This record gives sequence, structure tokens and C-alpha cells, in this order.
Amino acid sequence: MIYKLSFSFKRDKGFRKYLFAIMIFLFTTTQIEAQNAEAILQKLKQKLEKVNDYEARGKMKMNVVFIKAPVADVKVYYKKPNMLRIINDNGISFIPKGSVNISLNNIFADLQNFDIIDAGNDSAGLHVIKMLPKGDTADIVLSTLYIDEKNLLIKKSKTTTRENGSYELLMSYGKYAEYELPDKIVFSFNTKDYKLPKGITLDYDEGTEKNNDKLKNKKGTVEIIYSNYVINKGIDNKIFLH
Amino acid sequence: MWNLLKIELFKIFKRPRTYIAFGAIAIIVFLFQIALWFEGKTYIDLILSNLDTTFDFSDQFKHRLLNGYFICFAVLNILLIQMPLLVALIAGDAIAGEANMGTLRLSLTRPVSRTQYMLGKFLASLIYTMALLVFLAILALFGSMLLFGTNDLIIFRSSSIHQMTSDDVFWRYIAAFAYATLALTTVSSLALLLSVFAENAIGPIIATMSIVIVFTILSEMNIPFYDRTIKPYLFTTHMVAWKGFFYVRSNEEGATIKGSIENLPAIFKSFSILVVYIFVFTGTAIWIFRKKDILS
Amino acid sequence: MADIIVAKNLFKQFRKIIAVDDLSFSVPEGKIYGFLGQNGAGKSTTIRMLLTLIEPTNGQIEIFGLNLKKHRKKILKRIGAIIESPDTYKYLTALDNLQIFATMSGIRLSDKQLLDHLDKVGLAERAKSKVKTYSQGMKQRLGIAIALINDPELIILDEPMNGLDPQGIVDIRNLILHLSREMKKTLLVSSHLLTEMELIADSMLIIDKGKKVVEGKMTELFDPAETMVELQTNNAPDVYEKLRQTDLNKYLSSKRGDYILFRLHRNNVPILIKRLVQMDIDIISLFSKHSLENYFLSLTTENQHVESFKD
Repeated sequence: MIYKLSFSFKRDKGFRKYLFAIMIFLFTTTQIEAQNAEAILQKLKQKLEKVNDYEARGKMKMNVVFIKAPVADVKVYYKKPNMLRIINDNGISFIPKGSVNISLNNIFADLQNFDIIDAGNDSAGLHVIKMLPKGDTADIVLSTLYIDEKNLLIKKSKTTTRENGSYELLMSYGKYAEYELPDKIVFSFNTKDYKLPKGITLDYDEGTEKNNDKLKNKKGTVEIIYSNYVINKGIDNKIFLH
Repeated sequence: MWNLLKIELFKIFKRPRTYIAFGAIAIIVFLFQIALWFEGKTYIDLILSNLDTTFDFSDQFKHRLLNGYFICFAVLNILLIQMPLLVALIAGDAIAGEANMGTLRLSLTRPVSRTQYMLGKFLASLIYTMALLVFLAILALFGSMLLFGTNDLIIFRSSSIHQMTSDDVFWRYIAAFAYATLALTTVSSLALLLSVFAENAIGPIIATMSIVIVFTILSEMNIPFYDRTIKPYLFTTHMVAWKGFFYVRSNEEGATIKGSIENLPAIFKSFSILVVYIFVFTGTAIWIFRKKDILS
Repeated sequence: MADIIVAKNLFKQFRKIIAVDDLSFSVPEGKIYGFLGQNGAGKSTTIRMLLTLIEPTNGQIEIFGLNLKKHRKKILKRIGAIIESPDTYKYLTALDNLQIFATMSGIRLSDKQLLDHLDKVGLAERAKSKVKTYSQGMKQRLGIAIALINDPELIILDEPMNGLDPQGIVDIRNLILHLSREMKKTLLVSSHLLTEMELIADSMLIIDKGKKVVEGKMTELFDPAETMVELQTNNAPDVYEKLRQTDLNKYLSSKRGDYILFRLHRNNVPILIKRLVQMDIDIISLFSKHSLENYFLSLTTENQHVESFKD
């Protein structure tokens, strides 16, 4: 068949033109789509760059199968390009590793180093864009963004990292949408098994401790509901030091 | 009855050996507090080692975790295992010590009933136990609060972690200390029972401690055969129920409910079992003592 | 005169050992009642039964006309006792000890009143010293102070003179006589000091192996003027047979080994000696024994420690 096609190709100028047109069309479409994805990301980047820093107040809820923690009053500090810290002013909060990735600026700061793949729309109508780092050294292995194209808002992201496992972000927006700052964020992360020897804890066994198997390989979530943002007022770098 | 109680308390608190227990508590708590003052971070790192791949633990986190409430919990975790010995020192001596001194025969020729005499001994042991726990509370709780400040309390169980806000902790300690009084009274009533059989305090004290140690080991072992049969009925299984006041309930979203207790019915059950033990031990001690020939 | 204590058919068995066997006795009011017996005869067991420290296996005790089992508290309020050595709380002072036992007796006394009690037994100056610093005699006196704290009608003293020096013994004797004669108390005194008992007791009970041997007034049981004379001689059996043929036969009591025992009025002792010399009997030793001691030993059995009575 290939023989026949090549024979036809050699012989039939019209067919060649037809095939060439299809290829141009496909290439252009792809390029247009790619451009679309890139354009979207660039627009998002511009939006994100409006925010140099912010200090946000919020209520943080942790949902990890082996941790029972109260809802905490927290402050979230962000400074361009990739500094983020969640602080409980008075109490104690478990902050998951990789929480710095709550801000997607890590990715957008370095957009040129990612290969962008447009994966079309998902069932919810969100534009799915996959980003693969060009090099092998970055921590991020793959990042998938689910974007509300109409409002230019990132609703969801799934990121796989080398060091910190994979995590997922779900965002919902309100009055700070123009800054791409969510009213609520749900950050899902992998949790490792938690176990301390009973001989050390000397627990009171009242029958509520869960079966070990249920604790393995679970995901935990942190939900932050923001009450306000103070944007671009300047933040001292000292805050981000541990 | 009130006069007998006053006499027993007078005898207990006039005796130098009574203060050994208070001294021991003070030393242990003080040493623990000093150790954690200097090496607390290492202790915390050990506890959090299981979790440091999942969470970021800043110095601030560790510093706040190591607060007075946490220190007190750690102290109680250790000390409430040793406390039975300190309680047995007095209760085990109650009758055996009097027999050994020769004062038992003199006391029982007074116009007091043997039942009243034993109840006086029991109540005096109870008050002594309460005094020990108040002393422990002052040093371990208030002392730690003063030295290390207060913050949220995080309890690390073998398979779960419970956190309660700092304003939700103090009442739990009151409840825990009250429960610990009951738990230690169970031990003192056992020691009182054993004291009735002896004419030297060493025997009942050692016997009480041996029973507590063996039962505690059985309570902590996870052998299915014992878990099903004897463990639910051992008093040592229920002596640690004070910790239940620090296990909080959470809602469906995983957030703790302030002021809640994860399994209050279980604590009540443990409470009831200990009350039954106290009745049985003390009742038996009184019954035997009433019939006993005083030959010392 | 009523009997303060009436004990009927007392029986006490500890596992296989019968400590008291069908013992009945009564203690008259206002008198000093001596309670005698060898070691292990059952005296302490009997006294402890009277004080409700031991439950009789069988038998009945009435004190002040009341059944002891039913009216224990009421009866004990009217009794004071020392049982064996008077042990008190050594880590407390005499004052503390007295206060404790006064309170247990249902009596409220001020410190001054307690000091008065201690003064009566000569301990007022050491009232605030810890008992562990006391001598044996001082401890005994403290015990007596405790026994008398509730002004009892009946006082039971088990070996009250144990460990006392001669002056201490005299003091206790005088105290007992004072309590009986002047204070009209009833006393039950058990003691090994037979010479002392002979001096103070109005009546007595002798028990052996848990059983009553004899009970009664001192004057009715034996004549204190009667004495026992012990003669050590060569060939005692032949001498004994020879004496039986003579007028000295009426004084003969028994013979054991090299010893011959005579029982006679003390006024007749010189006559006996003269006759023995006249009969040319070898006198290696001649020894006069106290009457109560002799009486006691003659009634109680084999475990006698006096050499002259050994087989």
C-alpha cells in the first residue's frame, strides 16, 4: 500500500497537493492549539504577576486519617517568585511538606522550561493543560492544570514531584479572582504510615484506634478558607525563614 | 469515724517515711522538667521522626509543642506507673505496720469497731493519695505551665494523633487527676487487703507491686488469647483510662470538636470496674479483719 | 459482791492446737485477781479473748453483766489493759500517744489533763520526747498511763512488771494495790513473778495446758505460813524410807533423785532440822521454798525448771 501511495504520490500532483494541505492544516491546528494553551498560560502568568506578595488570613482544616486537629486560624504569606509560608500565630498546626506549592507561581515563573501539551477539555468543561519540564533536574515531574478559560482561573492542578510525592490543588474563587487568589483552597497530599510502639505510648485501649491497614497509603487534605488578602504591601523575607 | 480518720491522718503525716513519696515525686518531676528544658527538642524529634516526610516541622512548631501541657502529660505517662508503689507504701503498712509495732492490739482494745477502724485506714489512704496527686498536679502541671508556658496539647497515640486547643486542656487535666485518684485508690485498697494478712509491711508492699506489675504487663501485651479473656477485667487495664480524657472526637471533615471526649462510655465503664474492685478489695479486707485473731 | 468477769466453758483452738480447753472462771469486783500459768499455758490467749482480740471457738464471756460479743463497745469503754509489752507509736511523743488512745476511747482531754495523767506515772517531764528515746521502764509506765486514761473500772494487766528494775517492780505493785484498795478498781493481773503475786493477789486462777488447775481465794488454796523444805542428802531413797518410819513422816511430801521434799508450817522448820541432825542424816543442803511458788510448781506439770524437782 505504501508502494502504491508513493507511486500515486509520484504520479498524481493533485493528490500531493491534497495531502500537503491536510498536513499543513493539522500542523497549523496543532500549532494554533498549542498557541492557545501557551496563550492561556501567558495570560495567566500576567495575571499572577500582578501579585508581588500577599498576606492572607484564613481558617485551616486538616483532614488526615490519623490526625485529629482543630480548625486553626492561620496566616499565609507569599512573596514572588516562589516563597510561601503558612503560619499559625498562636497555636500549633501541622503544615504538609510541599505546601509551598499552594502557590502555582513555581510553575509560572519558569514557564519557558516546560513543554506544554493541550489536553483539550474535561467533562466539567475545564481546559486541561499538561506541563512537562524540559530538563531532568527539576523537582516537578508533571503538572496538569484545569483552567476555567472563560474567567481565566485555575480551578484545579495535579502535580507530581520527585521529592515530595504528588499533590492536588482545588481552588474556588470569589472577590480576589482578578488576582488569581482563591477564596478556598483544598490541598491534597500523600501521607505515610504513622506508628509509635505501644510500649512507649501506653495507650488507653477504648476500642477507637483504627486498624493499621486503613492508615496505609492514604491521602490527607488541608483546606484553607481565606477571609482576606492584603496584597502588595511588602513582606519581610525573614517571615519565610524556619 | 471522723476522730478515727483524724488520728490516722495524724499518724501518717507525722511519720518521716510518708514524705519519701513526696520527695520522690518532686525529684522525678524536677529531673524530667530539667531534661526537657535542655533536651526537649531531641525528644520531640524522636516522636516526630515518623512524620517528618509528610509534614514540615519548624522550630516554632517544636517549641510550641513542648509546652507545659505536653510536659505534664509526658510526666504523668511515666509517673502514674510508679505511683502505685508510693501508694502501697502507706496502705500496705496500714495494718501490718501496726501489728509489727505492737500497737494493733492496743488499738483494738479501744471501744471502736473493727469496721470503723478499717474504714478509717481506707479513708486515710484515700486522702493521702489525693494529697500525693495534688502535689503532683502542682509540680507537673502548674510547674510545667510556669516553666514552659501553655499552648495546644498534642497527644501521640500509637496509631493516631490528637490535638486540642490550649483553652480545651485544663479541664481535662482536672478530670484526669480525679480519675487517677480512683485508679490509685484501687491499688491502695489492694494493699490494705494484703496488709490484713501480714505482720510486716514489706510483704504487702512487695506483693501489691508484684501484682500491679504483672497485671500491667498483661494489660499492655497484645496476645489475642489474653485480650479476649482476662485483659478486659484486669484493674490495670482500666487504671490508664485517665488518658481517655485527652482523646478527642472529630467531625466528618476530621476537625476536632472542642470539649469532646472520643469515648466517654468507655471511661465510665472503666470507672465502674475500678469502683467494683475497690468495693471488693476493701469489703474483703474488712470482712477478714473482723474475724481475724489478733496475735501480734 | 458481784463478779465483774464471768467466763464459761471457754474453748479456743488454733488449727490443731487447743490453746484453751473448757475454762471457766469468775473475777470478783474490787479485788486483785491473779492469773498464773506456765509459758504456753493459755493465759495470753484467755486475756485476748476477754479483750475481744481473739474470738473464742466456744464458750461465753460476760463482763459487767453484759455479753461481751453483743456489747463489745460498751464494755471496752470501761476497761483498761496492757497486753504483754505496752507498745506505742515510737515515732510520736508520749503526749501524742496518750492523745491518740484517749481519742480512741471516746475521751476528749486537754494537753494539761494529759500531762496530769503522765505526771501520775512520773513521765510529765518527758511528755514531749519521742517514745523511741524511752527506757523499758518508762515505756511500761506510759502503757499504764494509757491503760488508765479512760478511768476504767476493770484493769487487765498482762505481765505488767516485765523488764522493770526492782524499784519499778515496787512502784507497779504499789500502784496495783492503790488502784484496788483506794480506787476500788477490779484488776486481773497475770504475772510470772509469783512472789509479787503472793503479795498482791486476793484470789487466783492457775491454768495449765489451757485447762483450769485451781481457782479460789489465796487464803483458801494454801496457807502462806506453810513452807516447803528441800533436803539434799546421800542415798535419798533409803533416807526417805527411814524417815517414813518416824514422826517426821507427817512432813514428808515427795522425793526426787538426791532430794527429799518436806511440807510443814514454818514454825516447825527448826524441829525438823534438829531431828535430822539427831538421826545422823547427811545434810548436803537444806533449802526453804516460797509457798506460792511451791504450790504452783506442785500443781503444774513436767516442764519445771527447778533442779530439785527433776526426775
